[in-house]
Amino acid sequence: MLELIVISTLNGVLFGMLLFLLSSGLTVIFSMMGVLNFAHASFYMLGAFFGFQLTKWIGFWPALVLAPLLVGAIGMAVERYGLRNTHKHGHVAELLLTFGLAFAIEEIVSMIWGKSPVDYRVPALLDFPAFTIFSTNYPAYKIFMLAVSVVIFVALLLVLKRTRVGLIVQAALTHPHMVGHLGHNVGRVFMAVFGVGSALAGLAGVIAGPALVTQSDMAASLGPILFVVIVFGGLGSLPGAFIASLVIGLVQTFAVALDGSLASAFGPLDPSSGPSVLTDIWNVTVAQVAPIVPYMLLVLILIVRPLGLMGTRES
Amino acid sequence: MTTATTSTSNMTGKPAGDGLRFYGVWLIGVISLIVLPMIFSSGGSLTSFSLIGIAIVFALSYNILLGQTGLLSFGHAVHYGLGGFAACHMMNAVVSHGWPIPLPFIPLFGGLGGLMFAVIIGWVMTKRAGTVFAMISLGIGELVASSSLILRSVFGGEAGITTDRTALPKMFGWSFGPQLQVYYLIAFWLVLAAIAMYALTRTPLGRISNAVRDNPERVQFIGYDPHVVRYLAFCFAGFFAGIAGGLAAINFEIANSAYLGAIQSGLVLFSTFIGGTAYFFGPILGAILVTYLQLGLTSVTSVWQLYFGIIFIGIVMFSPGGIAGLLMMHRPLVRAGTLWTVIPSYFVAVVPTVALACGVILTIETVARYSGGEAINLFGIAFNPKSPMTWLSAVVLVFGGAFLARLTWRRIADAWDRAATVARDRGYLA
Repeated sequence: MLELIVISTLNGVLFGMLLFLLSSGLTVIFSMMGVLNFAHASFYMLGAFFGFQLTKWIGFWPALVLAPLLVGAIGMAVERYGLRNTHKHGHVAELLLTFGLAFAIEEIVSMIWGKSPVDYRVPALLDFPAFTIFSTNYPAYKIFMLAVSVVIFVALLLVLKRTRVGLIVQAALTHPHMVGHLGHNVGRVFMAVFGVGSALAGLAGVIAGPALVTQSDMAASLGPILFVVIVFGGLGSLPGAFIASLVIGLVQTFAVALDGSLASAFGPLDPSSGPSVLTDIWNVTVAQVAPIVPYMLLVLILIVRPLGLMGTRES
Repeated sequence: MTTATTSTSNMTGKPAGDGLRFYGVWLIGVISLIVLPMIFSSGGSLTSFSLIGIAIVFALSYNILLGQTGLLSFGHAVHYGLGGFAACHMMNAVVSHGWPIPLPFIPLFGGLGGLMFAVIIGWVMTKRAGTVFAMISLGIGELVASSSLILRSVFGGEAGITTDRTALPKMFGWSFGPQLQVYYLIAFWLVLAAIAMYALTRTPLGRISNAVRDNPERVQFIGYDPHVVRYLAFCFAGFFAGIAGGLAAINFEIANSAYLGAIQSGLVLFSTFIGGTAYFFGPILGAILVTYLQLGLTSVTSVWQLYFGIIFIGIVMFSPGGIAGLLMMHRPLVRAGTLWTVIPSYFVAVVPTVALACGVILTIETVARYSGGEAINLFGIAFNPKSPMTWLSAVVLVFGGAFLARLTWRRIADAWDRAATVARDRGYLA
């Protein structure tokens, strides 16, 4: 039991930090531009596939730097040539543009790399067990992932809190118009923020690719969870996104690891009543419910606190 | 969005001739629904017509949310799917209990299934509008789609729930075994649902939904609760989506978790938006086009979904009013009699635009078929995806086409401006 708790906590924090790499970019983009970037998870997927391809050509370490830069450049192009032109039609049109993009990117990726998972391996340098607890080998690569996420988290925090650029971004989170009135080139700031957000998503893809499965539906499966995270944490709140990322990461990891069901806890139902919704619910294991747990949390938070954990903005 | 222009301008002070024209359009629609299967009577086209009919009802129901109330939903298929399951269970129950309910009434139960879920979940969902609603609808959609695989006794797991439409009591001696009879059933419900949904846009509720879409704050000032209005619109949309789902269940004689999924939700969004949300007939056009493309393209290319995505992105960026919006843009020019000044520049633009489109198609197909090495057949000309000549022609078509097309589009814009100015002077354009 203790083994399960320790391992799941590690994995959960790791998954949570990965989610935060994605949700931080999404939150900052949303707060500044009012655009919910539906294609954010697609940038994550692009990062993973670019990482895979570049690793094949030039090795993992150059890919770790190059792939996020490429994804960031794509993100900036999307902002400059897509979103900026669509802005005049309103936020719904912008959201729909990114929705169409997410759809197209998934199709392009499956067109080039196929629909089945690609063989994206952990680099040989990190392919060893870091330590052994309770007879389980914990892979060094996961520690590396955790380290990268933490480094990015700290760097992001420093940039936001300690630099002039961070000051502008922070101001734009709450008063986007005022920042424009103060004479900052809001267009360029938007493009840069969109690029950095996409690059972070790309980085998350590069490092998560070898540990998770790299295939063309990875964006579609992660995207909805990402939206749950930022709604749960409160739209436009970075601390909220951080807490929600960790909560959802931990909850989902623990749910996957647990094998109990109501039947194992309270004993089986009377078999004479036959199959019904009740027997379905009674016999389903926590692990089977794991995929829908984030959405249940979403419904719960909407009933209890519609603004999200730390949200202050209505829209 | 251009939805602000929705049908508010043309409702006041109707001359008598307009009423005739209005009923004429509906009558032509009904007659063509009756006559269509007599002209195209092959099995394949009957199936296509049935699918298009279902898609139209579904897209119209979606437009109650997106076009009428301004709610962008990414989970509308939930109601469609639950309607399908409700209809399937009802059909099986009718057969096993021997109830005297003939098949034509079954879609109503599908509608009730969709409505029930909307009534339960809608109150929480419609608390917020805009982006938040969009995300919540996505989450709820995923929740229901995943739950459907867990609750096996209701949703039948991966296999779904099957049923037999011919086992129900007969009506007018129709067994509804042949596709033709199913087509007429779908056409009947299509007309009924379309009239009901059109009537809904004319009720005070429909009007206040438009107001909630455009300015919820002012709606609050005049004493309405936008939340309640959104909730009611959501319930109506759920009901009609359920009817579409019920029709689909009758058509396929199966309901499974694919009905509820994100792909179905995305398709209805595509249909509605490509068709145009600002006019009632927009989603109808969109549903016809998207279903037709879906059926036609799947046999021609393996990457047909990519073309959907590209068409959708093009519409969002260049014509947010959709196809209906593009068509209706010309109305003031037709009335002012200045349309003929624009037409020639359209003809000039056709060639480079088609060249650009061919270049894009050639590029996509080259990438898609490179590993397979299968030849690309574009309008009767065969291209080898591995030959550099193909790549060269694709590049030339894309860049040359784009360069020339931009020039001709500018020409259209100029001609359009001149024509619109004249139309404005004559008082046909606000």
